[in-house]
Amino acid sequence: MSNYYLGIDLGSTTSKAVIINQNDEIIGRGITNTRANYEVASEIARLAAVYNARFSLLKRALSAELKVSPDLRRYIGDLEEAFQYLEFRIRADRLYLQMVTTVTAYLPLGSQPRILGALGQIFEKVIPVIKQEYLHGKLGAKNQFFRDIFFEQYNAQVGKLESMLFEPLMTVFDKSITPVENEILPMDFAALVHEAMDILKEKYAGFAERRVPLGFSFDQELHMLAGNIHEVSETIKKHIDRIAAQDIAIANMVGTGYGRALLPFPKECIRSEILCHAYGAHIAFPATRTVLDIGGQDTKAIQVDEQGFVTSFQMNDRCAAGCGRYLGYIADELGITLSELGETATHAQHDATICSTCTVFAGAELREQQNLGVPREDILGGLHKAIVSRAMSLIARSGGVRNEFTFTGGVARNPAVIKYLRRFVAENYGEDITINIHTDSIFMGALGGARFARLGTNVELPRSKSSRSPIVPIMSEEIL
Amino acid sequence: MPNPISPPPFLKAAAKAAKPAEVVKERSMLLQKEMLGDLYHSLSTAKETGRKVVYTFVPGNLSELILAFDMLPVYPEINALGWGMRKKSGALIRDAEKYGYSEDVCTYVKCDIGMFLNGNVGPTGEKLPPPDLLLLSYTGCFTFLKWFESLQKLYPGVPTAMLHTPYAADGKVTDDMVKYMVRQLEDEVIPKMEMVSGKKFDPEKLARHLGLASESEDWIAKIFDLTKQVPSPIDAYFAGVYYIGPINAGFRGAESAVEYYHQLYLEVAERAAKGQTPVTPEGELEEERFRLVVEGPPNWTHFREFWKLFYDMGAVVVASSYTKVGGLFDEGFRHDPDKPLESLARYCMGCYTNISLPERINLLERYIKDYKADGFLINSIKSCNSFSAGQLLIMRELEQRLGVPVSFIESDLVDPRYFSYANIKNRLDSFFQMMDQRKRVGGRHQFSKPVTATPSFEKQPVLLPILENVGGEL
Repeated sequence: MSNYYLGIDLGSTTSKAVIINQNDEIIGRGITNTRANYEVASEIARLAAVYNARFSLLKRALSAELKVSPDLRRYIGDLEEAFQYLEFRIRADRLYLQMVTTVTAYLPLGSQPRILGALGQIFEKVIPVIKQEYLHGKLGAKNQFFRDIFFEQYNAQVGKLESMLFEPLMTVFDKSITPVENEILPMDFAALVHEAMDILKEKYAGFAERRVPLGFSFDQELHMLAGNIHEVSETIKKHIDRIAAQDIAIANMVGTGYGRALLPFPKECIRSEILCHAYGAHIAFPATRTVLDIGGQDTKAIQVDEQGFVTSFQMNDRCAAGCGRYLGYIADELGITLSELGETATHAQHDATICSTCTVFAGAELREQQNLGVPREDILGGLHKAIVSRAMSLIARSGGVRNEFTFTGGVARNPAVIKYLRRFVAENYGEDITINIHTDSIFMGALGGARFARLGTNVELPRSKSSRSPIVPIMSEEIL
Repeated sequence: MPNPISPPPFLKAAAKAAKPAEVVKERSMLLQKEMLGDLYHSLSTAKETGRKVVYTFVPGNLSELILAFDMLPVYPEINALGWGMRKKSGALIRDAEKYGYSEDVCTYVKCDIGMFLNGNVGPTGEKLPPPDLLLLSYTGCFTFLKWFESLQKLYPGVPTAMLHTPYAADGKVTDDMVKYMVRQLEDEVIPKMEMVSGKKFDPEKLARHLGLASESEDWIAKIFDLTKQVPSPIDAYFAGVYYIGPINAGFRGAESAVEYYHQLYLEVAERAAKGQTPVTPEGELEEERFRLVVEGPPNWTHFREFWKLFYDMGAVVVASSYTKVGGLFDEGFRHDPDKPLESLARYCMGCYTNISLPERINLLERYIKDYKADGFLINSIKSCNSFSAGQLLIMRELEQRLGVPVSFIESDLVDPRYFSYANIKNRLDSFFQMMDQRKRVGGRHQFSKPVTATPSFEKQPVLLPILENVGGEL
C-alpha cells in the first residue's frame, strides 16, 4: 500500500494542504480562505487535497491510456470540474438555508417575505450560471473561493433588483457567508463523483449529433469525447469506483504557518514556516539558493544551502505593507478583483510614483493620483513597483539574491509583481540569475511540510523539556 | 523595595527549593543585593551626608576615579533598565514624549528624562539626588553626548566634565590616542572632580582602587571562561547581565566587588565541576540542546518572557558581546595601578562599544569557535542606532566565514511597544529548527569549519565592500 504525506500551511489569508507520495510528487492540493478557525481551515484544506489526490491517482492509474486517448484526458478534466461544481452546490444550498435564517433573525417581520422571495429568485438564476461556468471552464483563475464565485453572480443579480432591496440583501449575505465558509460539510466522494458522471452525460448528450464547424474554435478532444461519451464513461467507471473507495492513508503530517501552534497535531509535527517554504522551493527547484516568499501578511527572504536547509532569513517586521493583504486592500479600494489588479498593472506605460510604505496611506495616494488623472494602470504599476522594491530591500538584508532564485507564495501569481521583480533582480544582481516560479507557488510551504512529514518518521524535532519523544501517528483521512 | 540589580527572583526561588548543598550559592546574590542596596541608600541620603554625586555612563566609565574622590555614581542606563524590568518604563517614556522627545530617540534617554519629570525616583523607590557633576565619559555611543546636553538643561549650573574617547576605527589604540586621553583626564576631568568634591586628587588612592579593579577583572574573566564547558554551567547572557551588575553600577575598583566576584567564581566553578546546566527561572535546565552566541542587549521590559523562549527550547547563551560593554577582560585587559591614567584611557578605548566593526566580527568569530556555539543570534535594538548599525553585516560575515546558522530579531531596550512576542517567537522557532536540522545532518559542530576557503572580508574585500568605504565609522 502506498503511503502519503500531508503538509498543511495555515497562512494568514488562506490555508493550504498538499499531499505527496513517497517520491515527493504532489498528488493532491487543497486551499481554503476559511480563517475563523484554524482547525476547521486545516480540515477543509485537507479534504480538498484528498479529493484532488483521488483525481491525480485516477490520472496516474490511466496514464498509459491518457497518452493515446485525448478524449479520455478531457473526460477526467471535465469530471473534476463537474465534481467541483457539486461541492460548490452543496455549500450554496447550505448558504441559502443560512441566509433564510439570517433574514428571519435580523430583518423586520414586514420586509421578510419580499426579501425571502428575492433570495429565492436570485438563487434560481445564480446557480445555473455558475454551473455553466464550472462545466465550461469559465471560472479560470479569476476566482478561487466559494465566497468570490458566489458573490460575483449574487451581486450582479442584486443589482438588477430595485435599489431598496440592495442594503438588506447585502447585509444578509455579509452576515451569512462566514459561518458557511467555516463549516465542514459532509460529502460522499463516491456519490458525488457518480453524480458528476451523470452531469457529463447530460453535457455531452447534445454534442454527438451537432456538427462542429472547422476553424479556430474547433476542439478536437471535445468533438471526439462527444462522440464517445458513453464508451469513455463506461471504460473508466471501474477505475473511478476503485479510486473512490481507496483510502488515502496519511502516514505522517506536518503543519506550518501562522496558525501552526493551534493545529490539532502533536507538537513534533509542527514546523517553522521559514523552513517549510525553503524546503518546498528546494523540492520544486533543487538548485534554489535564495527564496522570496510573499504571503498574505508577511514577506520572507530566505537563503538555503544545496540541501534545502535554511542558512539565514529575514522577515518583515511590524508592518505588512506590500504583502497579499495590501494588494487585497488596494483591489477593494478600486472595486476590482485581485487577478484584475495584477493584470491591469502590467499595462502600465509610465509607473506612477507611490512613495508610501503604508497600506492605508497608499490608498490615499492612489485616490490622489486618480484625481490628478493618472491612468489606473500607471497607478497600479507604481504600487506593484513599490511592493517589489520593499521585497528587494528585505532580500538585501538577508544576503542578496543568489542563483537560483525562487519566488513563492500567493503573490507569486501576480503578473505585475513578477514583471517588476524580474526587472529589479536583473538590475541589481545581473541578467544571469535564474528566476523560478512554480505554478503551485502558493503551495510551497505545505509542500515543504509534507516533505518534512515524509522524512519525519525518524526525526527528532526540538521540543520543550516536558514533551514526549515523537510518536508518529499513522492516520487515515477518516480519523485525522 | 527591591534593588535594580538585586538577585533575580527566580534565583531566590531556586535557592529556596534547592538542596542544602546549594545554599552556599546564595552568598553571591546576597552580597550583590547588599552592595546595591547600600549604594541606593547612600544616594538617597547623599544630601544629608554631604557626599557628592556624579552622573556618568556605563561603557568606559571611570569607576576607580570616582571612588578615589569618595563620590557616589549614578548610572542613568542602569536606572532605565531597572524601570524596564519593573515594567514601568513605558509610562516614563510616554511622559518624555509628551515633553517633546520623538519616537525615534533612544529609549534609555527617554526613560531617564521621564524619571526626572516624575521626581527622579529610582527603580528602588528611593529618590535619587541631583548631580553635583555630569561626568561625560562615553564610548562608542554618541547619543550619550546629547543625553547629557539634555541633563545640563534639566540641572542648570551643574558642571560637566567631558572625556572624549577616540573611536578605535582601525582596530588599534595608538600611543597618541592614549596621550590625548591622559591629557584630558589631567586637564579637564581631575580638576573638575577636585573642584566638585573639594578634595585633592590622591594618586595612591586611585592606584589602590585600580589594583582592586584588576582583581575583580581576573575573577570575571575566569567566570565567563567557564561557559566554554559543555554543558555550560551558567547562561552567559540572561544570568550574565546580573553578574556584570556590580562592575557596571559603580563597584569596579571596590573591595566588595572583589569579594563578590571571587564568591561568584567559586559558585560557578562548582557547578562546572559537577557538570551542572544553567539555573533558569523554572529550575535547572534539563538539557543543553543549543549553544548560542548573542550580539546585542536583551529586552528588559519582557526579560522573563524573552529568556523563556530560549530555555524552553534548551538554548543556552554561552557568550555574548553585551556582557562586554563594561570591558573586554577576557581579551586580557586589566586596570594597572602602575600606569593609572594610561590604563583608564586604554580601558575606555577597549570597551566593546568602542571597537571597530571588523574587530567586533573577529571577536564574535572567536566566541563562536571557542565556546563551541551552534548558532549566532542578534537582538537588534530598534531605538539604538549606535549599537545596531552594521549588525546585518556582522551577521552575514560570520555566516560566510563559519557557515554557522544565524538569525536576527528586533526588540528594544525599555520601550515595551517594540517587543512583539509573536514575531520574535516565530523567528526563534525557525532559528532553533535551523540549528537542529544542521546538527542532525552534520554533527554538532560541522559548521565550525569554514564553508569556503577563508572568505574573510580582509582577504576578499568584494564580499563586504561597504566596510572599506565607511571604515570604522559605522
